[in-house]
Amino acid sequence: MMLEVEGLASRYGRIPALSGINLRVGEGELVSLVGANGAGKTTLLRALSGVQPVSAGRVHFEGEDITAAAAEKRVRLGIVQVPEGRQVFAPLSVEDNLRLGAYLRSKAEAAESMERIYAMFPVLKQKRREPAGALSGGQQQMLAMGRGLMALPRLLLLDEPSMGLAPKLVEEIFACVRALKSAKTTIFLVDQNARAALAVADRAYVLETGRIVLAGSGAELLENEQVKEAYLGL
Amino acid sequence: MSPQFVQYLLTGLTVGAIYALVALGFSIIFNASHVINFAQGEFVMIGGMATVSLVAVGLPYLLAIPLAIATAALVGLALEKFAVEPARDASVVTLIIITIGASMFLRGLAMLVWDKNLHALKPITGDKPIAIAGATILPQSVWVLGVTLAIVVALSWFFGRTLLGKAMLATSHNRLAAQLVGINVRMVLFLSFGLSAALGAIAGILIAPITTTSYDVGVMLGLKGFAAAILGGLGSGIGAVIGGLVLGIVETMSAGYLSSAYKDAIAFVIILVVLFFLPSGLFGKRGGERV
Repeated sequence: MMLEVEGLASRYGRIPALSGINLRVGEGELVSLVGANGAGKTTLLRALSGVQPVSAGRVHFEGEDITAAAAEKRVRLGIVQVPEGRQVFAPLSVEDNLRLGAYLRSKAEAAESMERIYAMFPVLKQKRREPAGALSGGQQQMLAMGRGLMALPRLLLLDEPSMGLAPKLVEEIFACVRALKSAKTTIFLVDQNARAALAVADRAYVLETGRIVLAGSGAELLENEQVKEAYLGL
Repeated sequence: MSPQFVQYLLTGLTVGAIYALVALGFSIIFNASHVINFAQGEFVMIGGMATVSLVAVGLPYLLAIPLAIATAALVGLALEKFAVEPARDASVVTLIIITIGASMFLRGLAMLVWDKNLHALKPITGDKPIAIAGATILPQSVWVLGVTLAIVVALSWFFGRTLLGKAMLATSHNRLAAQLVGINVRMVLFLSFGLSAALGAIAGILIAPITTTSYDVGVMLGLKGFAAAILGGLGSGIGAVIGGLVLGIVETMSAGYLSSAYKDAIAFVIILVVLFFLPSGLFGKRGGERV
């Protein structure tokens, strides 16, 4: 297993946000996490990235215990997150945003990745001198994905990549996720668009008020009555 | 322009350049942490006083000045490491209060290490005034303006062209995203204190031959630099420079044409006016944060 989480818990002050989280992501897998607003999805991803304190449990990445590792150490190991709400460096140029994505990589690696990302998202190349804040929502999402890919992720954490985007752009983003999957990138995906997130996933987990309540293959969960009722609106 | 006006302008630019350096120090730390470092003035004092001591033991300026700047930078780094870093999870207000405490501590320590006297440094290159358009300018003022210009150029290169500089800027714009790309934000804060302290020390060394220095010179210079940073917009580099120059010129003009009794009050009037009518300053970010 590439990522193994055992008994993970996290809290905001005295309010528990996550408890007893067990999950695994294997190399090359695409694993989705679905759940309602406020279930703790973002908190879980932040805990995996080391920017949210953990109060109990263990996290192993490729056999190494990283429970207490600093955020930059995890990026160095290859755990890279594309955060919710895009979080681009708004006043900095598109190119600077991408370059900073490869902050821990060598100059040569950065230049190579940048060419690849410009090929994947040509619009970013066109706008490379513009401030990131001037891009449309969809372009900012591409930039956020591109910035994440610049770090040469071994495990890519995607938090709500389709949030707030027009349906056509949502389709584009999921096409991009499928492309990354077929290129053997390991992905842990969180999205409120449960149908799309389950359809694209090898396996998935359902998170409710800080606990994992269901697990299974993407196809199984799509057929699950509970999931249908709560998340697919059927 | 009357020679008198030119004279005030030159004097104003000189003190303004010093305020600008202090204001840059405020802005750099503010960007890294949203903390207003009220010990910024003490870095100015340490720069001037350390140079006085090092010159007194016989070192030439060429050695004394870099050593004094390094001393101040070390004090800045130590302040971050031992006072700010241990409280990093505390609120910004708590951190600001810590810097106020640190400033009192450093001032008291300076009084013990040195003394309560005024000290003058020799100008770097002589003190024969240079005539310009009917007014005169001291060679030391030329140093002040030249060094400030060089620092502004160096800082804009650093923040605009180097990866580390861009990483520091990125941290100020979005701390979470900076952490997620692998920037060590604690290191950024640490470096910010060192850099700000060095800038403050340079200001303190440059101004000492003109106005003399003493253990408590940082109080007023720190407040003036703070006023300049507020005027320009906290966190803005260009704002800090323009704010410093405007404050220096307005202060000198009012001292010359109105009364020198109110010279020091100008900075506080500016703080009040800016906070009432233009809370984000001339070049600051407008409006609240987007969520």
